[in-house]
Amino acid sequence: MSVNQKMDSSRRTLLVATSAAGGVAAVAAAVPFVASLTPSERAKAAGAPVEADISQLAPGQMMTVEWRGKPVWIIRRTPEMLASLEATDTLVADPESAKPMQPQYAQNKHRSIKPEYLVAIGICTHLGCSPTDKFRSGTESGLGAEWKGGFLCPCHGSLFDLSGRVFRSMPAPDNLEIPPHKYLADTMILIGEDDKA
Amino acid sequence: MTTKSQALLNWVDARFPLTSNWKAHLSEYYAPKNFNFWYFFGSLALMVLVIQIVTGIFLTMHYKPDGTLNASGIPIAFASVEYIMREVPGGWLIRYMHSTGASAFFIVVYLHMFRGFLYGSYRKPRELIWVFGTLIFLCLMAEAFMGYLLPWGQMSYWGAQVIINLFSAIPVIGPDLSLVIRGDFVISDATLNRFFALHVIAVPLVLIGLVAAHIIALHEVGSNNPDGVEIKKKKDANGIPLDGIPFHPYYTVKDIVGVVVFLMFFTGVVFFWPEGGGYFLEYNNFIPADPLKTPPHIAPVWYFTPYYSVLRAVTYPLFGLDAKFWGVIAMGASVVVIAFLPWLDRSPAKSIRYRGPIFKSALAIFIVAFFILGYLGVLAPTPGRTLTAQICSVLYFGFFLLMPWYSKIDKCKPEPERVTFK
Repeated sequence: MSVNQKMDSSRRTLLVATSAAGGVAAVAAAVPFVASLTPSERAKAAGAPVEADISQLAPGQMMTVEWRGKPVWIIRRTPEMLASLEATDTLVADPESAKPMQPQYAQNKHRSIKPEYLVAIGICTHLGCSPTDKFRSGTESGLGAEWKGGFLCPCHGSLFDLSGRVFRSMPAPDNLEIPPHKYLADTMILIGEDDKA
Repeated sequence: MTTKSQALLNWVDARFPLTSNWKAHLSEYYAPKNFNFWYFFGSLALMVLVIQIVTGIFLTMHYKPDGTLNASGIPIAFASVEYIMREVPGGWLIRYMHSTGASAFFIVVYLHMFRGFLYGSYRKPRELIWVFGTLIFLCLMAEAFMGYLLPWGQMSYWGAQVIINLFSAIPVIGPDLSLVIRGDFVISDATLNRFFALHVIAVPLVLIGLVAAHIIALHEVGSNNPDGVEIKKKKDANGIPLDGIPFHPYYTVKDIVGVVVFLMFFTGVVFFWPEGGGYFLEYNNFIPADPLKTPPHIAPVWYFTPYYSVLRAVTYPLFGLDAKFWGVIAMGASVVVIAFLPWLDRSPAKSIRYRGPIFKSALAIFIVAFFILGYLGVLAPTPGRTLTAQICSVLYFGFFLLMPWYSKIDKCKPEPERVTFK
């Protein structure tokens, strides 16, 4: 068809309308495909709270339980370990835990309900590796004489103190997440549920 | 040719452009006569692609993309790879060919890309060949990454954890995006199944399409050569480039020599060194995936390490956004910037043979920085190494982003009229 020929505008309108309708149908058809990529009902349901028995946990030790497929750490801190939090106060990025990485009842220096026990999700806030514990202080840790004990993420070297607070200028932007939890008894913690919820 | 077979060919040609395609792409595709060593790697890349597809098809006949645990508490996917290795006749060979093929693919492709850097193969009129090539490289990275999850070992699991979490660093949409990629709140069976689907169907289809586009674009404009001069400028009376020779039989035969030499190295690795000293198959990946424990030292496979180093090098937040986000941006940019090379290079000469000292030094620095980044990427980070990675990242980007200036002021030698050939 030559350009000079007169355009049949009603046919053109019909063409545009048909294309638009077809486009809408194509987008609508894509919806179930994208939806199928989101977590299934089974995946959503697999988030039940877990109980952890801490009666066997000695001071200075750590245990790991699985909650929603993630490692949750329970660390029983010694008085020296708790004292190290004073020293790291000036070195960490968010000493007051101002960012909402914990339930309100854990927004304190020790980031826990009871100072002695820290319950934290052992997943680095950078890219999701699980940090390794470096509880020994000083040069023995391999992290220098100034090291007070804490965690080292093996993936990108982020350092956390014994409250899971991230040090300044680290790849990780936030402190370790504290999951909702509560004490069912003195030696029994329920992870994934608290009194508010 | 006998009359009967000629008649059959005529019958086909009347219905399908067989002879004309044969001529256009092989027997009458005129390639410069001065190709050297660096020109082996394009055809080798194609051959490795075929190896990967064939071995991959046979692996899917025994592999099971299942993250749940079997009766002995081992993830089924991990166990099925061990089953292939120990109980399927010839399975170990097919699997080692596939895993070694992945590393071989990147070696060949890196050398193929370096050839482009050397001789300015990305310059006008070959910009689209280069862009398709960069997209092939991106697809290859996606393919390698998703394939690496399938054995469901510790490195599979934690490597995927790190890379998928990269997407959650994107503001606003990030967390939902990584949820859609994983299909679960953690890396799980759902993730393994979709990665399997993408690795064996979706990405290979895209990859083959891009390879076709890469070659069609190349055969439209013609190959570059080590002198970086256009052979189409000087043609004989029949319109055939004076410095061109038919791809078939000249380069098909030459490439077969390359294939034979390559296969000597390739089979040597497959038979005697399939783990590649822990670089082709990482030792931690012989341990089944454990969602509760990251291996004490986690590093990507060697071909990703330069980009991984760029990611780790960014430790400063900027504009109120996390360092993590900028690390992701820097890593993505370090790959994507390659596609812009045709428009960054303003040098009058294409080939390094006629370029001045500035470009030669810049390329040398770039290659050194790339190797250092790659080396640092397999090591655990320390403050000193992070600083080195930061310097090398700056040099890496500097090579590209300063190119419009330094390539322009460089003192180039005059290019010859025709290719040099002994």
